[in-house]
Amino acid sequence: MQVITQDQSSQDRTKPVLVLDGVTKVFPGVKALSEVSLKLFPGQVMALIGENGAGKSTVVKVLTGIYQPNKGDILLNGKPIHFSTPQTAANAGITAIHQETVLFDELSVAENIFLGHAPRSNFGLIDWPEMERRSVEILDGIGANIDPSVKLRELGIANKHLVAISRALSIDASVVIMDEPTAALSYKEIEELYELVDKLRSQGKAILFISHKFDEIFHIADRYTVFRDGQFIGDGLIEDVDRTTLVKMMVGRDISQIFPSRDSHLGDEILSVENYTHVTEFADISFSLRKGEILGFYGLVGAGRSELMQALFGITNLFSGVVRIDGAEVIIGSPADAVSNGIVYVPEDRGKQGAIIDLPIFQNITLPSLGRTSKNGFIRLAEEFKLARKYTKRIDLRAASLDTNVENLSGGNQQKIVIAKWLATQPKIIIMDEPTKGIDIGSKAAVHEFMAELADQGLAVIMVSSEIPEILGMSNRVIVMREGRIVSELTDDDLKPETLVQYAAGINRER
Amino acid sequence: MLKRLITSREALLMLIILVLIGLVAIRFPRFITLSNLAGVFNDTSPLILLAIGQMIVILTKCIDLSVAANLALTGMVVAMINVAAPGVPVVVIIAVAIGLGALMGAFNGLLVWKLDIPPIVVTLGTMTIYRGTVFVISNGKWVNSHEMTQAFKAFPRYELFGMPMMSWTAIIAVIIFFIVMTRTTLGRSFYAVGGNPHAATYAGINVGRSQFWAFTISGALAGLTGYLWVSRYAVAYVNVASGFELDVVAACVIGGISIAGGIGSVGGALLGAIFLGVIKNALPVINVSPFWQLAISGSAIIIAVALNARSNKNHGRIILKSAEKTQ
Repeated sequence: MQVITQDQSSQDRTKPVLVLDGVTKVFPGVKALSEVSLKLFPGQVMALIGENGAGKSTVVKVLTGIYQPNKGDILLNGKPIHFSTPQTAANAGITAIHQETVLFDELSVAENIFLGHAPRSNFGLIDWPEMERRSVEILDGIGANIDPSVKLRELGIANKHLVAISRALSIDASVVIMDEPTAALSYKEIEELYELVDKLRSQGKAILFISHKFDEIFHIADRYTVFRDGQFIGDGLIEDVDRTTLVKMMVGRDISQIFPSRDSHLGDEILSVENYTHVTEFADISFSLRKGEILGFYGLVGAGRSELMQALFGITNLFSGVVRIDGAEVIIGSPADAVSNGIVYVPEDRGKQGAIIDLPIFQNITLPSLGRTSKNGFIRLAEEFKLARKYTKRIDLRAASLDTNVENLSGGNQQKIVIAKWLATQPKIIIMDEPTKGIDIGSKAAVHEFMAELADQGLAVIMVSSEIPEILGMSNRVIVMREGRIVSELTDDDLKPETLVQYAAGINRER
Repeated sequence: MLKRLITSREALLMLIILVLIGLVAIRFPRFITLSNLAGVFNDTSPLILLAIGQMIVILTKCIDLSVAANLALTGMVVAMINVAAPGVPVVVIIAVAIGLGALMGAFNGLLVWKLDIPPIVVTLGTMTIYRGTVFVISNGKWVNSHEMTQAFKAFPRYELFGMPMMSWTAIIAVIIFFIVMTRTTLGRSFYAVGGNPHAATYAGINVGRSQFWAFTISGALAGLTGYLWVSRYAVAYVNVASGFELDVVAACVIGGISIAGGIGSVGGALLGAIFLGVIKNALPVINVSPFWQLAISGSAIIIAVALNARSNKNHGRIILKSAEKTQ
């Protein structure tokens, strides 16, 4: 462990190292931040909480010098400071680990860590041995056993994340900002990240921790600050607050019941999968699904759940096994086959795989249903608009016009469009991959409500989710996958968080 | 709706073209006589035909550099057919030209679709192959006017309602492809594939197949243009339309077709081609040197791209809920 010689660690921990005071940031036509305050204390983890669009990311950008505030002060150790460029913020000891980490696959680990501030030798050339030595030092400091000379692309996602953290630490920071650092990590990796945060805290660094997950916040944070719609709502010590209060502060209203209660009327079996096996991704998958049922798929990241669903939807077709829909065997070789057989898939990465932003709303919605609104390859516009109108109403989308290009809509509305698109195909089975990943708590509840409604109407739902409360709150039945195989099928009394985690992590394979 | 029409890229380009014609007319009033403008349009017709095909290809995130070589090869083949078998009617000749062009386009498309080779590499390769083939089948010799039959040469000049068939072909192609792009599932799939290939795949659209059809259409139009070109100028040789593919791409870019795919229209391709046609025809009559013409065309491309980049600029995320309502 490094010996800490910085002033901050010996400083009074009740005196904030970095303060935002009345900061306002205005974009043309939009006030993203309105006189917000934020205090970061040395050796403490500050959780910044708020719905999507509360202004959290804008704060990060103000703190790292990407945006300059229109009004208000930034105080570093009590002195006003102005971050005119990201470089000035970095020089002042503020570093951020971003949501989507920007790293370079073709460069070595050491180059990634020191890109932009590599140690120089006498002639101004990069001092490679020094760079690798210091990389090892930093990597060791966070308990990462990574060879600094390998190319980044050879590392797994978790190790890439550690490199990103090392990069942030390489500038000797006093303030570390972590923007949803656990979003892409599995259960075990998250545990390791917690340890790392503890380590940074004990080194006296002030940590700003942005997260959507309440479990995480209560586990790791010392303090909290809540933003809503670009405004400061409140702050305080985590130990003085409970979840309900925080949720209330975030959404400005009571969410008495997070998951909708359902009267499940399970109908006939609609889907059965037997001995489904993929060359490299999964093996011996057998399960069945009934009308009106929500079947949860739980597992760690990389357990093969998304790969299984993509095969069922015909994205990949290197598999063997039998799929029956309504008792009849079907062969799904392409997404078009899947859609015509009544299976639709709402992908995990909605931004990339969901909407076509250059096209107007109505064209997005009707895209997979064009067969029904056209004749001999010619589109009947009146029919198309009718279909689009029906389903925008169904999802309660309030947009100026169906002609509006999707790029002009907010993220939440874009997601609604993607769901409407699939409902318009009149599916029998809808597969939702991480349906609420990265969306705010209000939209989450709406998605859950909607999912329950669909199931109540007799649609069969498969939900892939890594969030235990969601899995437990929504599913009639849960299948746990691990390393490409089904390890357990749980119902009723067996549906407990510990059981799920144990099976997913392979702690008890047989009972 | 009206506001959108006025502020559209096409309307802006139309305005610029009119201003350009107006400026030329100040120096040289006879430029704006109906017969002269019709002549300019007729001269521009091959560019319009190719630009429509190229527009569709670019829409699907691809590019077709082989169009001019395709044109040259088809032109040579039909000219040689005409020499060898003078009795073959022009209808058959046109069908052969479209079919052969489509075949060459389909070959590009298959390589892109099945072998997953980047389109720029595929068409750079086939461009050379097709151009080389012209040399091989002709032994480098020209097919001259006196060897061609009258019927073969007459078609593009044949006048209907006061306009030559060359112009009519371009007009009909514009109408057909306007309908294809706005009213058919195939047209819609081109936009979807270019706008977001992943989402298109998930929507049940075969991305590779759509690109294949885009190349086939582009090839068919190039083939058709091959016959028109050779018969109009009454000569076929190896270097016919050499370098013309760059004019075609330029017309598309000026017409607001996004090189990144997903954005563009038949109207844009048409106007982009007309813009280049006007410049080409107008500058000589007002005594501007051909070297300036190149510079002006080049500047037009860069200005067009800069304008498009500006209008496509991300407007940022809408964070405040109240701001979304006012959108």
